[in-house]
Amino acid sequence: MLSATGASKGIGIGKVFIVKDQELSFEQKTTENPEEEIIRYKNAVEVFCKNTEKAADRLKESASEKEAEILMGHILMIKDPYMNGEIKNKIESGQSAESAVDTVCNMFITVFSSTDDELTKQRATDVADIKTALLCLLLGIEEKSIADVPKGTIIVAKDLTPSMTAGIKKENVEGIITETGGKTSHSAILARALEIPAVLSLENACKIFSEGSQVIVDGTEGIVIKEPDERQLSEYMKKREIYLNEKEELKKYIGKETITKDGIKVELVGNIGKPDDANNVLECDGEGVGLFRTEFLFMDREKAPTEEEQFEAYKKAALIMKEKPVIIRTLDIGGDKDIPYMQLKKEENPFLGFRAVRYCLKNQELYHNQLKAILRASAYGNIKIMIPLVTCLNELTEVKDMILQIKSELENENISYNKNIEVGVMIETPAASLIADILAKEADFFSIGTNDLTGYTMCVDRGNKNVSYLYSPFEPAVLRSIEHIIKCAKAKNIPVGMCGEAASDPMLIPLLVSFGLDEYSVTPTSVLETRKNISNWSKAEADKIAQTVMNFNTKNEIIEYLSKI
Amino acid sequence: MVSEKLTLQNPQGFHMRPAGVFAGEMGKFNSDIKIKFNGNDINGKSLMNIIAACIKCGSEIEVVCNGTDEQAALDKAVELINGGMGE
Repeated sequence: MLSATGASKGIGIGKVFIVKDQELSFEQKTTENPEEEIIRYKNAVEVFCKNTEKAADRLKESASEKEAEILMGHILMIKDPYMNGEIKNKIESGQSAESAVDTVCNMFITVFSSTDDELTKQRATDVADIKTALLCLLLGIEEKSIADVPKGTIIVAKDLTPSMTAGIKKENVEGIITETGGKTSHSAILARALEIPAVLSLENACKIFSEGSQVIVDGTEGIVIKEPDERQLSEYMKKREIYLNEKEELKKYIGKETITKDGIKVELVGNIGKPDDANNVLECDGEGVGLFRTEFLFMDREKAPTEEEQFEAYKKAALIMKEKPVIIRTLDIGGDKDIPYMQLKKEENPFLGFRAVRYCLKNQELYHNQLKAILRASAYGNIKIMIPLVTCLNELTEVKDMILQIKSELENENISYNKNIEVGVMIETPAASLIADILAKEADFFSIGTNDLTGYTMCVDRGNKNVSYLYSPFEPAVLRSIEHIIKCAKAKNIPVGMCGEAASDPMLIPLLVSFGLDEYSVTPTSVLETRKNISNWSKAEADKIAQTVMNFNTKNEIIEYLSKI
Repeated sequence: MVSEKLTLQNPQGFHMRPAGVFAGEMGKFNSDIKIKFNGNDINGKSLMNIIAACIKCGSEIEVVCNGTDEQAALDKAVELINGGMGE
């Protein structure tokens, strides 16, 4: 079993087809007759554009408009006055058409791949693709196509180029494995658009499989099984069937509102860790971002990010989500992480120590920068601020005071921001839960962080095998806490959401519907499933279940009951 | 010669699509179009040069037009960049 990046969900079982690099060597490096070479080049470009247009048309049908656009971009690239001019200059100075195309394309491939921008890097693949296509045309070689692979094929390649994938018939391709590319690479986007399971970034993929051998691709888990045995084969065939049935079922929920069976509307949003992830939320049909963790901005670096850097990141997420809400959680970090420039001391009990809002309030400059960056970004979308690990009212009022102070700075500096930005509290400690009624007077919203709330309520480190059995949101203590928090929010008329893993747990959903949770924030890929699960319950049905559950004495009884409904 | 300083609005930066739109529109003018960014002069009619410049969202750029239809070209450039190239 091999594991790599699962980039497109689903399970594919089929026979390996290896896409080998095409040999495109040419002898003729120079020319005595530049005019003739220019004509050969122009003809090749013309055929290239015609072919590409046709391929884009096919792609529009099999995948989407967006995918076709990538190919149409190749035409823009080759017609680019600078690139075109450079190639012609090289030919006029005596290079053969092949050599000129090769040199100029390679130059752009180098420039694009050496940037630090993911999108620009990906464009190198496009230039490589154009180069191959043009050289094939000039040399009179037929470009290798994967359009004609037989039914049940698993394509194994170094990287999938846009033109290569244009011809793919999705009914014939069971799966895709590549050596390079991440979740946002072209291959990944295309595989998802075509709904073909894909595992990317598998090292040496082209060498480890033999042509025609059987392989299983599990794009959901990012697993590849080489030459599976009977047991694995039947296990995965079953998995595939379940996955396909569920997928068909979930399609009904795309673009729909999230409502209970009796029509109560709730909000269904996604959790993200990087601004780019906001695209995933949209791709998965999420209605906003319920939790944007900002820790990534602070980790793996020499010094804290500047206000400007943070502003760009928050603004990016806001712009991607347009009018949809983006809840940004301020820095949630402590002694369990090693961030050298923060000089966090090793602590005996890091989870009970100097972390999150406690650290931020003692490091005013750092927190000021973050809050100011968020406020500035609030001019570009629907941003809200969420404070983690609150345990007493003072923490909330202190942060709100800082925000007031920053607002007046922004007024003086004539910088725009959302004057009515909402400030909410993440309820993830037993203390916050117990004083939820007090916090609700000052907070604009609540979001229940069930992961930490469960850990702190049950006094358990879920990573400790000896006690992890106690870690469950179905413990009566945790359920009572959740019910209480929601009740307190309702009493003060503020919205209450949930951003822990529990929000997408199908067994917990009837209870959350009954308690009246307003917002569910889940992993983007769980959006549709959660929408379906919420639609399964009416308030009256959910109330009945909640009543029974809240009268049980133990987790075991609760789980046993809920697993049968 | 006319010029104007602008801020790029596109969330993903000046990537393929906006660059294609911009270079395509600028190609319709006779004037010479330059984008000044990070001390470099970028050919505003070349999609490839714009992509290679890696201009990110929020970057300050200066568009410089020089030629017979320079004002019309600059007006169009300003409209495109402030409108996020229709993104």
